[in-house]
Amino acid sequence: MSLRRGSVRHAIRLDCPPDVVWELVGDPTRLAEWFPGVASCVVEGSSRTIVTGSGIPMPEEILTVDNSNHRFQYRVTSPLFEEHLGTIDVHDLGDSSSYVVYSTDAAPAVMALIIGGAARAGLHSLPGLLGLTESRENTLAT
Amino acid sequence: MGRKILLITTDQQRYDTLACNGGVLSRTPAIDALAKNGIRFERAHPQSVVCMPSRSTILTGQHPSTHGVWMNGVPLPADAPSVAAVLHDAGYHTALVGKSHFEPFLDPFLRFPDNALSQSGTVPTGGSHRGFEHMEFAAHGGVGPFHYAKWLLAEHPEAIGQYYSAIDMKLQVNAESGGYSGAPQVKINPIERGIYHTDWVADRTIAWLDSLDPDADWFCWMSFPDPHHPWDPPESEMHRVDWREVPLPAGYVEDAARREAILDEKPRHWRAWYDGELVSNYEAPAEWVPATLTADQVREVNARNAVEVELIDEAIGRVMGRITERGWNDDVDVLFTTDHGELQGDFGLLFKGPYHVDGLMRLPLIWRPAPSSQATSSVVTRPVGLVDLAPTFCAIAGLPTPGWMQGQALPVDDSDADARGFERVLTEWDSDLFGVEVHVRTIMRDTWVATAYRPGTSHDGTEGELYDLVNDPLQQHNRWDDPSLRAIRDDLVDDLWASQPPTRAERLAVEAPV
Repeated sequence: MSLRRGSVRHAIRLDCPPDVVWELVGDPTRLAEWFPGVASCVVEGSSRTIVTGSGIPMPEEILTVDNSNHRFQYRVTSPLFEEHLGTIDVHDLGDSSSYVVYSTDAAPAVMALIIGGAARAGLHSLPGLLGLTESRENTLAT
Repeated sequence: MGRKILLITTDQQRYDTLACNGGVLSRTPAIDALAKNGIRFERAHPQSVVCMPSRSTILTGQHPSTHGVWMNGVPLPADAPSVAAVLHDAGYHTALVGKSHFEPFLDPFLRFPDNALSQSGTVPTGGSHRGFEHMEFAAHGGVGPFHYAKWLLAEHPEAIGQYYSAIDMKLQVNAESGGYSGAPQVKINPIERGIYHTDWVADRTIAWLDSLDPDADWFCWMSFPDPHHPWDPPESEMHRVDWREVPLPAGYVEDAARREAILDEKPRHWRAWYDGELVSNYEAPAEWVPATLTADQVREVNARNAVEVELIDEAIGRVMGRITERGWNDDVDVLFTTDHGELQGDFGLLFKGPYHVDGLMRLPLIWRPAPSSQATSSVVTRPVGLVDLAPTFCAIAGLPTPGWMQGQALPVDDSDADARGFERVLTEWDSDLFGVEVHVRTIMRDTWVATAYRPGTSHDGTEGELYDLVNDPLQQHNRWDDPSLRAIRDDLVDDLWASQPPTRAERLAVEAPV
């Protein structure tokens, strides 16, 4: 019996307008500013290649950059993954605050935990990077 | 100049693997000598039966519910309390050499401080991390974010592939079989003995000790990765134990029907795992079905485990020799233990998981007080826990026990234990891995082990286990539903819930599988 596929969601509520949050997390070239352990990040068209802190190159395909709905989606195409879909959504809560959800669906399932765990740390860096003091967290793993 | 402290831990070692504890497979003269001249504990339990929570308990002196590392993959916060920091603040030089595992190992981003340190040196940023001013890491093979792996790559790259790969291509715990019997996590390893990680840990410990001034006070945690699986000791050493001649462990029931009847007396996740129907935790190979385990595989696993234990014992002997050469022996307290046990064939199972029986809970623990303290040797039969180690270090150093520590300094004999209320020891398990939840609480008191299950994927919260350690030392007969023992059971369960440690206010997130 194998844990083949996993989904991990991490979310944080930020007292910051969604446009401001999106400016950072919706820009694929700025990943290294907020996602931990990214040594380099190069975007060419719809391809992005990051190199992790341990030196592992992770080629990615950018699937969605929806500036209207504040959704970014990408797929890691490294052979380490059987499949992967990463989604960042910045929701407008209507009171100048935002709800940022980082979703990782991956096989093998373990990769969802690893990417999701790093994503959670990235979300937690946002209040500091955006000069905020208030944030609230949610987590879901299935 | 005060008493120095050498904490020696292994990983996943059973109580009965030491000759001084009645073991018959391994020769362990160095550890036996510590026991002969010190205090041997017969009922030491971990507060968790997996690595990260248990090691965090050793460091913090707190139960997992309190320090917050509730399962593997949950990193211990960098600002968590640490006995090493207490000692460092008191002027001790502090080091951790070998396996730490306060932070997840599967970390391609190198975002955890221990893993990042392995790429940059041995002195943490800011001068110390978790109270250690020197950290030098190794784990179960030749790869990963560890100093040993980096050294092996630089000096002996051919040896990296000689180790068993503990993780498979799907990043699951590897189920691949090997050796002579086809057991999982077993491999014939042609590596030279001198570059195997056990000797490396001893070598690096000696190097750090050699860097200290003669009058320095020091606390060194020497942490061997073995005899945790994979079972792949240097094949050159396998002549020590002929696996074909290894007696089957008392806890291994050879008759399958009887074995399965024993499992069926226990809560259902036991049998479900045995049959390959439920994987409730990451620490055992997900694609291995325990029901396929053969007697020969149990023999070979036990043989390789025994050789790994002998190599550890010899490494300890070398370090103790160096301590003597430095003229320190009279002033060094030595504590030997492990983080948790190993099923190693009991009930037809290997590895570990939410199974609170002696194979996983009864640990080797030996304290050889500094000879200058003129302590007398003894055997303690009363229950103690790894949670008691941190206060013990404070006591050795002449420091008060900080209020955040939940244990108390280990007793020196049973009278001392009785006088200071060593009546019970608690162990807990929580896991939530991709929708499979298990929540277990255990108390060992008097001559009983009682385990209560909280609601989870396989349990409705009414299940439990009750074992009579006098009449059923192998814990083969679950008496939880025995009406004649209802009063004993209820008393133990009441005590279990009344004794629970405070729970950390914020539940920490799982950030990796291990």
